[in-house]
Amino acid sequence: MNKINELFAGRGDRKLLSIYFCAGCPSAESTADVIRTLERRGIDMIEVGIPFSDPLADGPVIQAAGTVALRNGMTLERLFGQLEEIKDEVSVPLVMMGYLNVIMHHGIERFFRRCSETGVSGAIIPDLPFADYLADVKPTADRYGIRVIMMITPETSEERVRFIDSNTDGFIYMVSSAGITGAQSSFDDAKQRYFRRIDAMNLRNPRMIGFGISNRQTLESAQANAAGAIIGSKFVTLLNETGNADDAMDRLYEDLRR
Amino acid sequence: MKDSFFADENGFYGDFGGAYIPEILYKCVEDLRRAYLPIMESDEFKAEYRALLRDYVGRPSPLYHARRMSDKYGIKLYLKREDLNHTGAHKINNTVGQILLARKMGKSRIIAETGAGQHGVATATVCALMGMECEVFMGKTDVERQHTNVERMRMLGAKVHPVTTGNMTLSDACSEAIRDWCCHPSDTFYIVGSTMGPHPYPDIVARMQSIISEEIKWQLQEKEGRDYPDCLVACIGGGSNAAGTVYHYVDDSRVRIVLAEAGGSGIDSGRTAATIHRGEPGILHGSKMLVMQTSDGQIEEAFTISAGLDYPGVGPMHCNMAAKGRSEVYAVNDDEAVLAGYELTRMEGIIPAIESAHAVAALGKVTFGPGDVVVLTVSGRGDKDVETYLANKDMAGEYGKF
Repeated sequence: MNKINELFAGRGDRKLLSIYFCAGCPSAESTADVIRTLERRGIDMIEVGIPFSDPLADGPVIQAAGTVALRNGMTLERLFGQLEEIKDEVSVPLVMMGYLNVIMHHGIERFFRRCSETGVSGAIIPDLPFADYLADVKPTADRYGIRVIMMITPETSEERVRFIDSNTDGFIYMVSSAGITGAQSSFDDAKQRYFRRIDAMNLRNPRMIGFGISNRQTLESAQANAAGAIIGSKFVTLLNETGNADDAMDRLYEDLRR
Repeated sequence: MKDSFFADENGFYGDFGGAYIPEILYKCVEDLRRAYLPIMESDEFKAEYRALLRDYVGRPSPLYHARRMSDKYGIKLYLKREDLNHTGAHKINNTVGQILLARKMGKSRIIAETGAGQHGVATATVCALMGMECEVFMGKTDVERQHTNVERMRMLGAKVHPVTTGNMTLSDACSEAIRDWCCHPSDTFYIVGSTMGPHPYPDIVARMQSIISEEIKWQLQEKEGRDYPDCLVACIGGGSNAAGTVYHYVDDSRVRIVLAEAGGSGIDSGRTAATIHRGEPGILHGSKMLVMQTSDGQIEEAFTISAGLDYPGVGPMHCNMAAKGRSEVYAVNDDEAVLAGYELTRMEGIIPAIESAHAVAALGKVTFGPGDVVVLTVSGRGDKDVETYLANKDMAGEYGKF
C-alpha cells in the first residue's frame, strides 16, 4: 500500500502535520539530515521541494531557498541519489514538490520510476494542468504506485472540486488563500468559511491545508477543518535562521503554541 | 487537413502552447478563454477598438518605401512604421484592445510586465485613458537601463515595481506579474505584452497585433497592385510584432517569413537570447515553448543589448512556425544590430528601437531575389535607445565616427 494512503487510513482522529523544505538549502548535503530529523520530531509527512529557477507559485522565502539550492549545485538527479541512500531508514511518506519544467526535462516516466526506486510516495506539481494530469501523468504515476497530489483553492468551483476529488487519490492539497506561499499571521473569517464549506462537501479524499500556516491560530483553524496542515515557508525561514533542523523544529513548535 | 498555424481550441500550436498555470489561476484564465472571442468579435468591441486605433494610436501606420535602403539591398523595401504609433511602438495596438477586454470583463485593476518599458508605457497609457489602476513589474536591471520609460510610466500614474529576483530582467518581471495575479485573481486583469503566457494570451495578443498585417495587405495593394509581399521581416523576442506582421500571411506560401532573434554576443557565446536557436521544449510562464535551459531543466538567463528581446523563451506560435519550417529565423548579434540601427538612421532618417534594428540587420543575412518586395516592421522608435547607440558607437563603423 502507498504510504500516503496508509497514513490517512491509520490516523484515526489525530490531526497531521506535514513539513516542506527545499532540497539543497541551506546546504546541498542537508537533505538526509533534515528528513531524519523531521521524522524523529514527529512530523507525519515530508514534502521535498525540488528547486526551480522560476517558481511561479512561491513567495520570497521559497524563491530564495530555491536560489540558494541551485547555487549549491542541487539537481533533481542528485536529490534522488540522496533519497536513495536513506530510503530504508525513512518510514513517513515523502512527497516531491516541484515545477513541471524540471520534471518534464527529467522525463515524466523516468521521474516516477526514480520516485518509486527512492522511497518517494507522492508528487505535487503546482503548474500541472488537470487535463495533462489525467491524460499522461496519472497513468504513468499509477504504474509506479506514486500519488500525484492536486490542489484546490478558494477560486476553485464546487463542481471542479468534485471533479478533482473523484480523479485523485492520496489527499487533496487545499491552498488556504488566493496567493503564493508564505507565512500569514491569521486566517480571517472568509478563509475559515471556505475551509468549512469544503469540509462540508464530504469529499472522498482527505485534505491537507497549506500556504500561510505559521502560528497557533493558522494551525488550529487549518486542522479544525481538514486532516492536517502543511507548513512550508515558516519552516524554511527557521531552518535558514538556525542552520539546523532540530533547532528549527524547537522554534517551530514554540511558535505554533503562540 | 492542413495544419493551422493558429491556436487550436486548447491553445496549442502544434506541440507548443497550452495553459500551464497554478490552480489558483485556473478560474480567471478559464473565464478569459470563454470570454475573449465573443467579446473581440462583437460589433461593440470592434467599433471601440477601431476608433481608438484610428483616433488615439494614430493608425493606419504608414507603409514607407525606403528608397536608399532598397537600392543598397537590390530589393523594394517597405517599412511598416509601428514606430510612429502613439507611445512609440507596436505595443499599444495590444494594450488598447486588452484594456477594453478587461473592462468588459468587469476587472478593476491592471497589471503588466515590461522589459524595455514599451509595453509598460503602453499599458500605463491606456490605464490613464480609462482611469484604471495600473501596476507594472519591471526587472531592476531594466529599470536602470530604460530609465526614461520608467519616468513616463510614473508620470502616467502607474506604480512601477522593480523586480530583484534572477538577473532582474523581463523574464523575472513576468514571474513577478504572475505571482501578483495569483494573489488577486478575481479583480485583476493581466495585460500580457507579447504572444506568450497561458492560452488564450498568445492568441489574444496575435489577434490584437494582426492590425499590422491587415494594413500591409491594403497598403501593398495600393502601392504595388498586389496585396502580398515576397518577404516579411520582423524582430522576435516574445513574438508580438512578428505575429502581427505575419498574421494574415501565415497560410500564404508565396510570402517568405524572416525573423530576427537576439544573438547577444553570439549564439555559442553563452550570452545570447536566441531562443529558437538555443532553446529546447519546456514550460515557462504558463506555456510550452522553446526555452533556454540547463540539462537539469533550470531556466537560463538571456543576454542581449536589447531589453525588449531579453527573454529565454519565445511564444508558442513562433515555436511551431519555426519547427514546421514556415519561418526562417536568424540570430542577430548586438554589434550587428547597433550597426543596422545606425544604417537605417543615416540612410532613411529613422532611428529605430534597438529591437527593430535586429530586423534591419537581417536584411544583410537573407538572399533575396532581385527586386523582391520586402516589408520590414519597424516595431518601435529609438528614442529610448539613444544612450545605448551612443555608448556603442564603436560597433557602428563609419557611422560611429562623430
